[in-house]
Amino acid sequence: MSTFHRTTAEMVTPRPPPPLSRGVIGWLRANLFSSWFNAAMTLLAVYLLWLLVPGILRWGLLDADFAGTTRFDCQSAGACWAWVDQRIYQFLYGFYPPEQAWRVNLALTLLIPALLPVLFDRMPGARWARWFSLAYPFVAAFLLVGGYGLAEVPTDRFGGFMLNVAVGLAGILLSLPFGILLALGRRSQLPLVRLLSTAFIETFRGIPLVTFMFAAALLLPIFLPPRFNLDLIMRVIILVTMYASAYIAEVVRGGLQSLPRGQYEAAQALGLGYWRAMRLVILPQALKVSIPGIVNTFIALFKDTTLVIVIGLFDILNIGTSMIANPNWLGLGTEVYAFISIFFFVICFAMSRYSLHLERRLDVGR
Amino acid sequence: MLAGIVALLAWLVANTAHNLETRGLKTGFGFLKDPAFFDINQKLIEYSSRSSFGRALLVGLLNTLLVSALGIVAATILGFAAGMLRLSRNWLMARLATAYVEFTRNVPLLLQLIFWWSLLTGLPGVQDSLSLGNVAFLNNRGARLPAPSAEPGFGMVLAGAGMAVVAAIAVSAWAKRRRLATGRGFPVAAIAIGLIVGVPTTLFLALGQPLAWDVPQPGRFNFTGGIQVTPELVALWWALSVYTGAFIAEGVRGGILSVARGQTEAAYALGLSRGATMRKVVLPQALCAIVPPLTSQYLNLTKNSSLAVAIGYQDLVSVGGTVLNQSGRALEVVSIWIVVYLGLSLLTSLFMNWYNRRIALVER
Amino acid sequence: MRTPRAWIAAAAAVATVTLSGIGVTNAATLEDVRAAGTLKCGINTGLPGFAYTDDRGTWTGFDVAYCQALAAAVLGDPTKVRYVNVSAANRFTALASGEIDVLSRNTTWTFQRDNELGFTFAGVSYYDGQGFLIRRSLRVASAKELNGASVCIQRGTTTELNLADYFRANNLRYEPVPIADNEEARVAYVAGRCDVYTADASALAATKSALQNPNDHMILPEVISKEPLGPLVRQGDERWSDIARWTLNVLLAAEEYGVTQANVRDMARAATPNPEVNRMLGSEGSLGAMLGLAPNWAVNVIAAVGNYGEMFERYLGARTPLGLPRGLNALYKNGGVLYPLPMR
Repeated sequence: MSTFHRTTAEMVTPRPPPPLSRGVIGWLRANLFSSWFNAAMTLLAVYLLWLLVPGILRWGLLDADFAGTTRFDCQSAGACWAWVDQRIYQFLYGFYPPEQAWRVNLALTLLIPALLPVLFDRMPGARWARWFSLAYPFVAAFLLVGGYGLAEVPTDRFGGFMLNVAVGLAGILLSLPFGILLALGRRSQLPLVRLLSTAFIETFRGIPLVTFMFAAALLLPIFLPPRFNLDLIMRVIILVTMYASAYIAEVVRGGLQSLPRGQYEAAQALGLGYWRAMRLVILPQALKVSIPGIVNTFIALFKDTTLVIVIGLFDILNIGTSMIANPNWLGLGTEVYAFISIFFFVICFAMSRYSLHLERRLDVGR
Repeated sequence: MLAGIVALLAWLVANTAHNLETRGLKTGFGFLKDPAFFDINQKLIEYSSRSSFGRALLVGLLNTLLVSALGIVAATILGFAAGMLRLSRNWLMARLATAYVEFTRNVPLLLQLIFWWSLLTGLPGVQDSLSLGNVAFLNNRGARLPAPSAEPGFGMVLAGAGMAVVAAIAVSAWAKRRRLATGRGFPVAAIAIGLIVGVPTTLFLALGQPLAWDVPQPGRFNFTGGIQVTPELVALWWALSVYTGAFIAEGVRGGILSVARGQTEAAYALGLSRGATMRKVVLPQALCAIVPPLTSQYLNLTKNSSLAVAIGYQDLVSVGGTVLNQSGRALEVVSIWIVVYLGLSLLTSLFMNWYNRRIALVER
Repeated sequence: MRTPRAWIAAAAAVATVTLSGIGVTNAATLEDVRAAGTLKCGINTGLPGFAYTDDRGTWTGFDVAYCQALAAAVLGDPTKVRYVNVSAANRFTALASGEIDVLSRNTTWTFQRDNELGFTFAGVSYYDGQGFLIRRSLRVASAKELNGASVCIQRGTTTELNLADYFRANNLRYEPVPIADNEEARVAYVAGRCDVYTADASALAATKSALQNPNDHMILPEVISKEPLGPLVRQGDERWSDIARWTLNVLLAAEEYGVTQANVRDMARAATPNPEVNRMLGSEGSLGAMLGLAPNWAVNVIAAVGNYGEMFERYLGARTPLGLPRGLNALYKNGGVLYPLPMR
């Protein structure tokens, strides 16, 4: 009887994987050509890219014209970017007086110190910086409109990208307090308050923003007293604020709901009244959880500020469309829309990444 | 606080009453019966410039519903495709799908809409229309398609199709019961498709093709006859679908990722193929997570269809704007908008609640 | 809970204050304009000849000149105007709500606007009619041949209604392509979205002048409507509508009597043989005081913008890209229908 028992003196050294499952080829096989279907998809994707990328590159960069004063200076087959140099000021600042443009820049720059203490609460001096955050909307409004020593700029000079940013920011900042109140109202013990808050939130979430724009232009003046002359941009900001506060309310309500009941009970046990409990215990936690949602609401609102075009305000998109109505720049739609898209994309994409990052961090913290 | 709200409301009402009075503005919905005196280019029901304002608004509402319905179908297909592609093992396709989703989500819809519209109106003019076999044409005034018109006997075909659908439903119900009882499968999909396609086709051929086609003919300015699909409708439809599709894709991806990994592994262990795993194990579970955000995307799409006003598609808001202008009745028109859109969103949430209840029952 | 009570008190206070503020009629536009120091004038968002921005970005044009004339009459300074661009859609709300004091935006005087919408027209500053702009290459000689055409129109205007009436009356079919404003209409027309653009003949001339090759396009002979365009104000403020009306009349009368931007100061200084001119320019009588304005109000108006004929030639006439003939808009003596009211 022989035994099958066999021993060996040395360990078997691990052999390298077969060459085809490693390195570039292996990666390609695993990710692009794992089956015939997968391979077909890859070929389709490559074909799509081959269609799009070289064409766009050639049109947008290689064959494009960058200098000139009218579209007739653009002789090549590609895009005509000559207008960027001529019109960039209008695209950014609308009809804001050029010698005052520093005020817009300053207002936008000040946004950074105003946001920092809200976003990073462990920042040194955050307690004091927060007062600045609270004051920021007023500081910015003062800078943009002027008065009290600064040259006054009527709001009908607002335009271009600055108008989008101003309406978007004003809408979101002003809607925060209202949104929080509405969220609390929707969770209130008082049936009437709950009913009113719910009705407001659902109404404003159910109606398209365009109708709000029309209401701002056509209806709001009927609701206000005769001497109460608000210009169109102020009216738009009011209605955008109401619209956004309904969305913010739902975000904050989500934050409130995510808190464990114990927090409410603990606050009550400490003998805190409703408002103090909210202010000191509940809201700080709920709002922190809500920040990603608020950022997402802002992204949506910011994109929607382009809707002011339907009531004839000159935001960046309207400046663009009216520029291509100019005989000198007729027919440059694709260039203009591509340019504006990149603007919005860069900003919104960055913000959405940030909100995603926050969401992940909050998830980890829990 | 309540007193504050009441005071605010009272103040607004008092202002309104005062303003209406001093400006001599009339209120009331009686004007809806007055003739509108303007024309609308796309109408699903009979309408002429002598029809009433009310009918004009109805034409607008139907146009809103049309583009929303078309958009919902296309956005769902695009969204599911892109959402699953993002999770595909094919690296390149996943990246492409990601690029689509991220780009579309972060650029204003209005901008995309105007872009598509400018692209469509940049097509060749009527005289140089792109033609498809000389029956369908594409130019900068949109598409002209042959219009089917039923001839006697076509009712039979429709009835046959209806019966085929009923039969298909019955077969699938029977197959399901048999599968639950005996565990044996049955090629339901193939038979159902065969029934639904085969029966009407056979009837159609047997009855001597009882359908006439009204083929567009070139006219002096435009094609005459056939169905005109305006570039406004196509641009709006396409922009809404592409935009909403990106959001749906995110929902689909999230829903699929929310299905526990063990489910997939268990399915593989049972020997199910990748496709079958997706179809029979992952998607049914993912749907529970996908559907609630999906309905709210549908609602968003319907609301966003109001951007039509920017390119002149005659939806409810667009027609309403014209009515408002020609009649001067801002208060009434805006309240009609509010009521209609609120009604639509109410219907959607009712549907969502019903669906959620159904899903909850299925849960074991 | 002290908060709610404080709220109630505050809200009640706010409510009483504002409610008591209501009931004041808004019939003092003149005082409001004087107090503000600027005239808020509603103008087009852009229409060559009537309201457009020059190279330095300031608003100018025929309709804009009327704003300047009114500001000169009321405030003595034609630059004290705040221009508010209004669309066809929101112009009436802007006027009704007091966002603007006067609307000078090629607006047709109609029964409904005068009565149901509650406005008062100051008169007619331009007699217009609706026409059709079309490519010559389509070889159309008359609007009657437009059966089956796609027609661009501005939403919310009287032209939209006239168009429907005209095509219906002539039993023609068409595809209406609604557009928000004149500039977009031009883009759509150039892109070939429509065969024909219909609007007031003056606006068509303006649009045509801005096309790349104006001679490739023509305006059809048919004028399908009467469009008397003029400035308008809110109903119920007689003083203000009188000022608006007589400012317009000063422009017309000045042309009739040969008072021009160049000679108005001289003519005002020494009494002229024509007592009508003397009364108008304030060297005789007190017409200004009757309107609640300065004695030299008419001098300011003419010094600011010239007389009607000068305005017309500067913005619309033969030497401008629009090249509009005076036509109906000549004085009655020259075969037109402009008939200045007596300054007495």
